[in-house]
Amino acid sequence: MNGVHDMGGMHGHGPVAPEDEKHEPLWHAPWEARMLGITRSMTYPKGFNIDRFRHIRELMPPHLYLARSYYDHWYAVCVAALLNGGLATKEEIKSGHAAAGSAKRNDAARADQVWTSQKTQGIFTREVATPPQFATGQRVRARNINPTGHTRLPRYVRGKVGVVQIHHGGHVFPDTNAHVQGEAPQHLYTVAFSMRELWGADASARDETCVDLWESYLEPA
Amino acid sequence: MSQHSHAHDHDLAHHHDIHSELPPDPALRVKALESLLTEKGLVDPAAIDAWIEVYESKIGPRNGAKVVAKAWVDPAYKQRLLSDGTKAIGELDFLGRQGQHIVAVENTPDVHNLVVCTLCSCYPLSVLGLPPAWYKSAPYRSRAVIDPRGVLKEFGLELPEHVKIRVWDSTAEVRYLVLPARPAGTEGMSEERLAALVTRDSMIGVGKVSAR
Repeated sequence: MNGVHDMGGMHGHGPVAPEDEKHEPLWHAPWEARMLGITRSMTYPKGFNIDRFRHIRELMPPHLYLARSYYDHWYAVCVAALLNGGLATKEEIKSGHAAAGSAKRNDAARADQVWTSQKTQGIFTREVATPPQFATGQRVRARNINPTGHTRLPRYVRGKVGVVQIHHGGHVFPDTNAHVQGEAPQHLYTVAFSMRELWGADASARDETCVDLWESYLEPA
Repeated sequence: MSQHSHAHDHDLAHHHDIHSELPPDPALRVKALESLLTEKGLVDPAAIDAWIEVYESKIGPRNGAKVVAKAWVDPAYKQRLLSDGTKAIGELDFLGRQGQHIVAVENTPDVHNLVVCTLCSCYPLSVLGLPPAWYKSAPYRSRAVIDPRGVLKEFGLELPEHVKIRVWDSTAEVRYLVLPARPAGTEGMSEERLAALVTRDSMIGVGKVSAR
């Protein structure tokens, strides 16, 4: 979807204003740490996955997306996922208490499962039966498509020509996975675009941006 | 996408409407959420504590610094790191969530690498820990791909014109780790001392490593 999350190339957000890494705290408030822990360990609706998490975040109303801080986005995603999956009601979210007589589950992730989860989850490489359509060094064009659902094809590369730098093999396809329509893995490539191609004649002739793109985002150029 | 899932995801967007009925203070909302999930058996507070512990004491930029220092002192390791980052980082047991597929990119006198995620905030957590706030901010996400030299100046890094900047926009589950240049004056330093010099910022590409 062409949402406010797709920020590459936007103007007007101001300077970066980094904190010095020696002094930046890991959390800027205690609730951030709790929210991270909740997000990592809570029970999600069946079929939930990281692509769905990202898509729900993108569905935040733009004014909330821009105004709220990072872990507050996670709060919004978790709440929307719970409501959408029927795991909690609006009244329960508002009150912070389970409705009288509601069933209690006993299958929440336990503390002794955390490290195993950290080490073993998040592997997205998959076998793909078809041979790769593109080779490193080949010129490709990012397709000009505007899906209304989830996509990882940023607007700023659509219609632009680049060169394949790396073939990563098969990876889970976010555009289907985010909608719980299956992993439908595809070949994944890193494509390098010159700054001139992306931003026009005034841009650097030397610099480039590399973007990871799935095969169906690309066509030969 | 099917009509069914369109309708389903319309509901999903609709669920964000609840925010107008909730208190603005995130501390209150998150506390209420944890209480609710605990009562319903949807979360175990001890597991929340354990995840916080993971990021406070087990995973952080010291992991990445060890990878960098090893690459500086061991040419064979450096070669393995640049040809298959995932495998080489796996040798040090630093793979994990948000860092199971890693490509290491080397800064040289002619090329400077910079990592961003314009669509969300993807970051190599397993080697660098939690991302800094600025990395997740709109100014960094919007400008790193269109004005990397301007962004680097805000970090106090001005690169000569002849250096090619290569920005890596992490749009997939591949994570990028910058292998910064080893500073002059560190010849003969132990791997451990070198690792202590390596900054997080240098492994994102917004800083350089200095000898002191």
